[in-house]
Amino acid sequence: MTDASAYLDWNATSPLRPAARAAMERSLGLCGNASSVHRSGREARRVIEQARAQVAALAGVAPEQVVFTSGGTEANATALAAFPDRRLIISAIEHDSVLANAPGAARIPVTRDGVADLAALESLLAQDKRPALVSLMLANNETGAIQPVEQAARLVHAHGAIFHCDAIQAAGKLAFDFRDLDCDLMSLSAHKLGGPQGVGALILARGLEIAPLIRGGGQERGHRAGTENLPGITGFGAACAEALAGLAAYRRVAELRDLAQARLKEIAPNAVVFAADAPRLPNTLCIAMPGVPASTQVMALDLAGVMVSAGSACSSGKVRRSHVLEAMGAPESQSECAIRVSLGWTTNEAEIGRLVEAWGALYARSRASAA
Amino acid sequence: MSAAMIRGANTPPVYLDYQATTPCDPRVVEAMLPFFTEKFGNPHSLTHSYGREAEDAVEQARAQLADLIGAEPREIVFTSGATESNNMAVKGAAHFHRQFGRDQIVTLATEHKCVLESARALEAEGFRVTFVQVERDGLVDLGRLARAITDKTSLVSVMAAHNEIGVIQPLKDIAALAHQKGALFHSDGAQAVGKIDLDVEDIGLDLMSISGHKIYGPKGVGAIYLRRRPRARITPLIDGGGQERTMRSGTLPVPLIVGLGKAAAIAQTEMAGEAQRLLALRARLLNGLKARIPDLVVNGNMDKRLPGNLNLSFPGVKAVDLIASCPGLALSTGSACTAAEVEPSNVLKALGLGEEIAASSLRLGLGRFSTATEMDVAIETLASAVRRLKSGQGPGVTSASGGTT
Repeated sequence: MTDASAYLDWNATSPLRPAARAAMERSLGLCGNASSVHRSGREARRVIEQARAQVAALAGVAPEQVVFTSGGTEANATALAAFPDRRLIISAIEHDSVLANAPGAARIPVTRDGVADLAALESLLAQDKRPALVSLMLANNETGAIQPVEQAARLVHAHGAIFHCDAIQAAGKLAFDFRDLDCDLMSLSAHKLGGPQGVGALILARGLEIAPLIRGGGQERGHRAGTENLPGITGFGAACAEALAGLAAYRRVAELRDLAQARLKEIAPNAVVFAADAPRLPNTLCIAMPGVPASTQVMALDLAGVMVSAGSACSSGKVRRSHVLEAMGAPESQSECAIRVSLGWTTNEAEIGRLVEAWGALYARSRASAA
Repeated sequence: MSAAMIRGANTPPVYLDYQATTPCDPRVVEAMLPFFTEKFGNPHSLTHSYGREAEDAVEQARAQLADLIGAEPREIVFTSGATESNNMAVKGAAHFHRQFGRDQIVTLATEHKCVLESARALEAEGFRVTFVQVERDGLVDLGRLARAITDKTSLVSVMAAHNEIGVIQPLKDIAALAHQKGALFHSDGAQAVGKIDLDVEDIGLDLMSISGHKIYGPKGVGAIYLRRRPRARITPLIDGGGQERTMRSGTLPVPLIVGLGKAAAIAQTEMAGEAQRLLALRARLLNGLKARIPDLVVNGNMDKRLPGNLNLSFPGVKAVDLIASCPGLALSTGSACTAAEVEPSNVLKALGLGEEIAASSLRLGLGRFSTATEMDVAIETLASAVRRLKSGQGPGVTSASGGTT
């Protein structure tokens, strides 16, 4: 990155961790197909199993519970299609990769702070006795609001339903344990925690059998066919090991996020911080500058070398109204002015300074033109 | 002293499994590396320069791959690999066209497992699937295929080149048969793309699956060709953020896609020369083995075949013993998929080979980095092992020099 720039869009994708890069460069030199019987195949198999153990350690599970996929979207699509006979219940603030793969699902509403309403979940479970699959994310990608996953899972299980958790945005940013959260299925993505794009995982409770989304050669214990993405998987493993070791560093990330939030609120006391009163990911700040459309803010910041986003990075770069902020009851006048600032393990105070300066200058211009 | 003697004890095994996977070409690795590190953007983050840089790279790769098969860039959808592409094509076409009363799929009994498994999953959903048998040379009889296709057929799926016996099916004729009945034509091109000339317009393909790691690109990436005029309509397999014109959601793995694009560009430039070189190497290997093993049997048509493929039966010798006897060679009996199991190939049985002869068969795959010296090592090692196994010495270990250790 050049001196004048500040990458503050880590929830869209994170740079590759050095350990992940090293692991991938090593495995790019290996030729084997991990299913081949000969020596190069066996070597490929060995490094994949090592990576599987590293991913398992991040989630607190046994290696055989980890099914590698092509990414978080595929993991979510697989989870939601895993039990074709079950009705689906999802929260209103799930990522597009959950929403789009669960058409017709019942929606759990959220509070003004962007936290799933457990009483509403309970009544959704109670009012329809058919077996269900419930999906609730661990932390929201736009606001950072951490969801009451453990309590939700307990409710879900009390009603005989199955529980899936999209932990893609939370993994590597906060400590969690698959068993403590009482999950049946959990999705992970490598590129959100310093691994490469194109690889992710679906974690399954011990002994849980699912209907696979991608069928074929029987890889991944029949849960996901396709020749394993060897460098991707080894990079994912190494990134998980480094992310686990680096969780403590997020205390400093949280301080920088809090600094950014305080400085922006100083500049614009009428700015709205979303999910401010909820437990939040340490790196995420979703803030609205009143009266200035998000696209204007994002472009102005980009010109100043500060990279943020107006919500999630998906859907072909279009800036459209956030379904997350809408579900939180934010008026359109606020949600259309919301940007997402997301920090990472290399973010420093100077980068926060550049954000504050550029955002402040835009705010001053908007006040001047309004006056 | 044979060339085999030159190889030291620590020499890596001679790689003869290019149909299972190919090494990433160093030029591909070089093209990918910057996108792992300084150019790490999410190609969907178009509001800043990191994202736009990534998007430009993806679009260049899309054009490179499209060029290789005579398609337009927007007809290319990136996936996680050929397995996903095959699942997407087979299930997606069946699901989409059921609304028009088309509830049948036609495919070959010798397709790759991911096509067969997708077809079986459709059967469980109530679709009808016709698995057409092939002839004894591995090629499909067009009359037999034509009889299977009806006006209820939504998709005809026939692989371009076979992963075990390398035979190349008459794609252009098959496309015509499918289109006569209003069905879409899909081909699993994982083994053929980048190895032989394939032009989607000339053949009349509606859908084709493409693999990265079979063409010296990375694992974990592939593509599907989706015709736009007339449009090949299918239901997506993975929904979400709406990437890839909503046909395949998920953040695109930029480095892998850059690698696939580069691999396609290299293949386009070098394919013709490489094919000639591989044909010569293959002839050297086959002639050498025939001279040493007179009862050697070649499986599958030799004329319509990938230049880098051989499939041979060694009568009187079990393939598992032969593999165990040749640690200096990276060999396989057939498809690498099925979790490292070594069992007789279904394809060979479909060709009419008996259980015993099928169990004595090896697939030998040659590729970009194969050398004449390696062919000589392979001839020497295999011939010695066969001689020893036939004389009842059991599957001991044959060193690269042909002696027993």
